[in-house]
Amino acid sequence: MIDLEATRSGAFAAGGNASVRDFVALLKPRVMSLVVFTAFVGIAVAPGGMHPVLAATALLCIAVGAGASGALNMWYDADIDARMGRTRLRPIPRGAVTPGEALAFGLVLSVFSVLTLGLLVSWAASALLAFTIFFYAVVYTMWLKRSTPQNIVIGGASGAFPPMIGWAAVTGTVSIESIVLFLIIFFWTPPHFWALALYKSADYRRAGVPMLPVVAGDAATRRQIFAYSLILVPLGMAPAAVGLGGPLYLAVSGVLGALFLGLAWQVRRGEGDAAARRLFAFSILYLFLLFALLLVEPAIGIAPFASLAGGLS
Amino acid sequence: MAQDEEKSSGEGLDAEAYNRRRRGRSLAIAFVLAGLAVLFYVVTVIKLGPGVMNRPL
Repeated sequence: MIDLEATRSGAFAAGGNASVRDFVALLKPRVMSLVVFTAFVGIAVAPGGMHPVLAATALLCIAVGAGASGALNMWYDADIDARMGRTRLRPIPRGAVTPGEALAFGLVLSVFSVLTLGLLVSWAASALLAFTIFFYAVVYTMWLKRSTPQNIVIGGASGAFPPMIGWAAVTGTVSIESIVLFLIIFFWTPPHFWALALYKSADYRRAGVPMLPVVAGDAATRRQIFAYSLILVPLGMAPAAVGLGGPLYLAVSGVLGALFLGLAWQVRRGEGDAAARRLFAFSILYLFLLFALLLVEPAIGIAPFASLAGGLS
Repeated sequence: MAQDEEKSSGEGLDAEAYNRRRRGRSLAIAFVLAGLAVLFYVVTVIKLGPGVMNRPL
């Protein structure tokens, strides 16, 4: 895949010319920050607690694993990235890193992060991390992204796994609480990304990515955004039902959910790009605040409600 | 991959810049490997505690 490139433009293009910063950019640092945050919440709210160094090790491995899948994504999607304004300055389209370098980088980091997490912390968490990388790099990037407008719905699962990995790093298992955290991010992803896709649809159309607004049109996308928001908002309040959230969480997540639905309804009514931009911006704040609340509430001494799941968990 | 209009950022750069980047990468790899060794050492001590030296051969 890289041979043509290498021979055409001489020795430098054969690789070896990337700076450290270029390799760091392959890790998608901004996506990584959300992954680290949600994984940290998964670790912090899990029962039992763990040694801080082990918690930090787990976070590091999850972060590096997420970065590795970002690098694999940029390796495979370099052709798409070169045609979209938002991504055309990524290291490979810019010519700083060769596709082969990005592939090797992503594979090495994947193997090291999965093995380190397993050896030092938990094989259950390690298995989940390996599955997450596989899901993002293979199921989403190689398969779904180019073939179906439901790409981000299912691909969103890979973004939803980090809190579940964090939880598994502490408890060694998957349980109802971590499934709820997973579902929140899972159902948050479609309205979040489709809001972006609504006002960036020209980009995706040019790149040939079958995003929902490109394939099904704006009106269908707006309906879907609202439909997913209707599922998301109750899920956003669900931590209060499984023993993770208390009265403060329930109240604030209810208010934030109402705001989310209000913005989604404006998008649904088709109030132009401005509504979609507002929803996109608010969706990030919404997710951040929900997870931050799970941290803050116990820290200020508010006990969570008893879990309705009872013996199930 | 379709990068027809893209030019390698390496073209036109002199050997000095090339060597500087290679040195940066080498240093980064050195730090990461050293960090990994320290991490495994520290976690071993944490998991095994003072008994780390007190194991049957």
